[in-house]
Amino acid sequence: MTKSELIERLADQYRQLPAKDVESAIKEILEQMAQTLQRGDRIEIRGFGSFSLHYRAPRVGRNPKTGDTVELEGKYVPHFKPGKELRERVND
Amino acid sequence: MALTKADMAEHLFEKLGINKRDAKDLVEAFFEEIRQALEAGEQVKLSGFGNFDLRTKNERPGRNPKTGEDIPIKARRVVTFRPGQKLKSRVENPQN
Repeated sequence: MTKSELIERLADQYRQLPAKDVESAIKEILEQMAQTLQRGDRIEIRGFGSFSLHYRAPRVGRNPKTGDTVELEGKYVPHFKPGKELRERVND
Repeated sequence: MALTKADMAEHLFEKLGINKRDAKDLVEAFFEEIRQALEAGEQVKLSGFGNFDLRTKNERPGRNPKTGEDIPIKARRVVTFRPGQKLKSRVENPQN
């Protein structure tokens, strides 16, 4: 399911709302989630899961083409931990 | 403070003027649709954000950490999240 399919499925369920509003709402939800992580905050959705940032220490990497070593800085990466309900529903 | 569904509904009301009841329902339905797709074995691809994938794990040996008893961990299906390039570059250096 892609983002546009998700929007369509929700618009079908919410006929009382203009499809445009459903589309803006979904885009706005995702944008707010991205902004929250960008600020370094967590997202906690009970029954779905939580998103947080994990730190990756600086390391020496290599350019796979030339074999040259490159210093890579420490960085944060998004991490998702599925919640109990999602874990159980997916595993049934 | 962690972002919650209530914050998201409030944001939809403030930013888009969607009434509070619809906003709350939409946020709930958004996560429910994703759960349903994953439950049905469907991958979910949210461009600009990331993909929710399903992985099947084989049975493997485990043990009860309290008692030390050997118990196999059953085969299972799990959800993994792969952030997209855009999200990854946005969060590399959080501006807090």
